[in-house]
Amino acid sequence: MVDFGGWDMPVQYPAGTIEEHLRTRTHSGLFDVSHMGEIEVRGSDAILFVNRITSNDVTKLVDGQAQYSALTTPFGTVIDDLLVYRFSSHHLLLVVNAGTTEKDWDWINSHRANETVDLTNVSSDYCQLALQGPEALGILQKLTDLPLAEMKYYHFSPGTVDGVASIVSRTGYTGEDGFEVYAPAARAEQLWNQILDAGNAGSNTGVLPCGLAARNTLRLEAGLALYGHEIDETTTLLEANLGWICKLDKGDFVGRQQLVQQKEEGVRSKLVGFEVTERGIARDGQDVVINDRKAGRVTSGSPAPYLKKNIGFAYVPAEFASAGQEIKIDVRGRLVSAQVVKTPFYKRHR
Amino acid sequence: MANVPEDLHYSKDHEWVRVEGDQAVIGITDYAQNSLGDVVYVELPKSGEEFATNESFGSVESVKAVSEVFTPVSGAVVTINDSLADEPEKVNSDPYGEGWMIRVRMANPGEVDSLLTAAEYEDFTKAETE
Repeated sequence: MVDFGGWDMPVQYPAGTIEEHLRTRTHSGLFDVSHMGEIEVRGSDAILFVNRITSNDVTKLVDGQAQYSALTTPFGTVIDDLLVYRFSSHHLLLVVNAGTTEKDWDWINSHRANETVDLTNVSSDYCQLALQGPEALGILQKLTDLPLAEMKYYHFSPGTVDGVASIVSRTGYTGEDGFEVYAPAARAEQLWNQILDAGNAGSNTGVLPCGLAARNTLRLEAGLALYGHEIDETTTLLEANLGWICKLDKGDFVGRQQLVQQKEEGVRSKLVGFEVTERGIARDGQDVVINDRKAGRVTSGSPAPYLKKNIGFAYVPAEFASAGQEIKIDVRGRLVSAQVVKTPFYKRHR
Repeated sequence: MANVPEDLHYSKDHEWVRVEGDQAVIGITDYAQNSLGDVVYVELPKSGEEFATNESFGSVESVKAVSEVFTPVSGAVVTINDSLADEPEKVNSDPYGEGWMIRVRMANPGEVDSLLTAAEYEDFTKAETE
């Protein structure tokens, strides 16, 4: 167990990170992500308000739809990345990272203007379980009447799971199909056990409980950013390749002006994916060396258990950010060759 | 419970030492491999390199983390376990056998006496997990 933003979290379960990772890709994995924060926004100006403090376009959402977005600083850098769930035009739910929940809560409150909104930090009310992988749908369907096959990606619906009033969302952080279930915190253990039972846990092809380490390697293979690594208050969304969640034409929002300017001028530093091309594993925080000079830093580096490669994300000067660019990583004093590649590293077959 | 063979010597950094004449075979313990998780990479020194006591001679990497490994006794490396380059998982499956790491010619065989016995190491790991 490790302390993770104040939560005691398992790094891995007895099967181990590699098996957890592979099982999620080939069958299914279950993750307890109850540490995630939830902030409720209610009121007639809910959409107006959230649209002003986040980078994606909240007005595009319909009831029962979610979107990936970011809370931005006036500099276009990132307070946090989050999911915005629309229950109705008067009711949104923001799902934020555990380690940043308090910071986000203060940030959001301090950015209230004249909008009519009620904000509630409901983080401790909810547990969140993520069931991910090609068999996730079949397993969860045994426990709910919601027609899961009809649910589109990044849509959600209130319903019951094993009789527990829940929100079921077709989202995840693994690059697989899957669902995230939000339910009352007191029912976490019941749901966890019921999903394991429904998924034939204990058999060689059954659902496997997965820890933080597998969650990290799965998201990395899928090319997804992790707050505090690829994105933080020093990196802009454009530098982090998150231009697709910057809706610069939607109207004003915090940081828009800087992002518009940066888009016109071009970014100097850019997040890239890389593959290590010789023996060695790049790790977070190591230097990137190009033409014998320190040129950037690794934000996440790890073995990729499914791809069986050593991969990572790094910030490099924009002129070195094209796929195929040869770079070196300073692995504890040894310069290891790597190559910039397109992300995602892994894409599932549909 | 972690396996702790009687006939080996142990360090507080979780290496084991098997004495064979004036040479010592070194690896990491069952307890260590279990705490690390799946070993995916092992970096070892070259034959002939000399190490002082408790000096880092390489590293063991799991998916999640890098751990340095230290020489419990001083000496010069005679051979290394080359097979770990392609099969690092041997450190998990057979830490005291096929997962051995280096063989050194001891500079001072008396150093072995200051290492932990199997019983002492077992108590040490129990205290660490409590």
